[in-house]
Amino acid sequence: MTPAGALLAAHDLRKAYGPTNALDGAEFSIHPGEVVAVMGPSGSGKSTLLHCLAGIVPPDSGSILYNGHEMATMSDARRSALRRSEFGFVFQFGQLVPELTCVENVALPLRLNGTSRKEAERTALSWMERLEVDGLRGKRPGEISGGQGQRVAVARALVTNPRVLFADEPTGALDSLNGERVMELLTEAARSANAAVVLVTHEARVAAYSDREIVVRDGKSRDMERIV
Amino acid sequence: MSIGHTLLGLLESGPRHGYDLKRAFDEKFGHDRPLHYGQVYSTMSRLLKNGLVEVDGIEAGEGPERKRYAITEAGVTDVQRWLATPEKPEPYLQSTLYTKVVLALLTHRDAAEILDTQRSEHLRMMRILTDRKRKGDLADQLICDHALFHLEADLRWLELTAARLGKLAEAVVR
Repeated sequence: MTPAGALLAAHDLRKAYGPTNALDGAEFSIHPGEVVAVMGPSGSGKSTLLHCLAGIVPPDSGSILYNGHEMATMSDARRSALRRSEFGFVFQFGQLVPELTCVENVALPLRLNGTSRKEAERTALSWMERLEVDGLRGKRPGEISGGQGQRVAVARALVTNPRVLFADEPTGALDSLNGERVMELLTEAARSANAAVVLVTHEARVAAYSDREIVVRDGKSRDMERIV
Repeated sequence: MSIGHTLLGLLESGPRHGYDLKRAFDEKFGHDRPLHYGQVYSTMSRLLKNGLVEVDGIEAGEGPERKRYAITEAGVTDVQRWLATPEKPEPYLQSTLYTKVVLALLTHRDAAEILDTQRSEHLRMMRILTDRKRKGDLADQLICDHALFHLEADLRWLELTAARLGKLAEAVVR
């Protein structure tokens, strides 16, 4: 059953890798503008859940509805288009193209969607300002710090105005202060754009930036808000 | 927290009235728990009796007389000694949560449920503190960080215990 008004909802998701059940009947739902933390120990199935929700990995069974449409019945082209324009992604590291400047990196998703260079870089700069990294526009990823790089990556993930931002351990490679700043800016920017954020983390301090949490253990998920 | 030492320390920058002391204390350290006037005056009487402060002047006002207190040499030494003495680390060996988990296992109740519910409650508090920190000044941030790190430590214990429930169950019912 899909919770009313959910932007993205999954029901009874199952996914096995060989003999391992990465997902074993997981449930999930998120509303527009909501930040949901997906927590759980290493190997619990958190990242697999994110990959299935984002259409990167197909589940073995179960349903995923995005905006009321079943993802499994979408064509590959439609799913790719979704990932390019309606979903944004932030990972732990290694996301920026080293040969491009920061502003070119942020503008890249728009360029891939056919936006002119001038227009793409103008939009990219406005996002870089919100993430407080506009001063790095001409630098290449190798010339900036990890915290700055992560903020550039967040700007790039939001530049297409995605409806869902998927963040997998976005502060995992940062120290506490940089991690907190990234989380503050990420959640502020996402909320102001009314984007939903699926935040995979094992860190409670990062999860504390969410509106509610879902706990994944042994491939099963528990929505704590509906339990407490 | 030692209110006496804190008030003494506040007096080191110069003599103050009881009211000013309360205001300075509340502003810097009171936050959710401001001092009562009664606490200030009883503390100052004790410090006076012990020779750690002296009355620097008395002003007649509309209400009760307004004493101005100054720290003495002995008071400065006392503050110095207090600051230099490390606080005893809290050993956290008496955990209600541990007791609840073990009791749940002994009585064949769902211990994982207890841990999950507690995690959720901890996170709820962490969200409140994170929000307060985001809106607050540097002092607020430091206070909230202290609380957040402690809650985080609890949560790590909850996770670890959740991962060890099977073994713990075997050990306690043996």
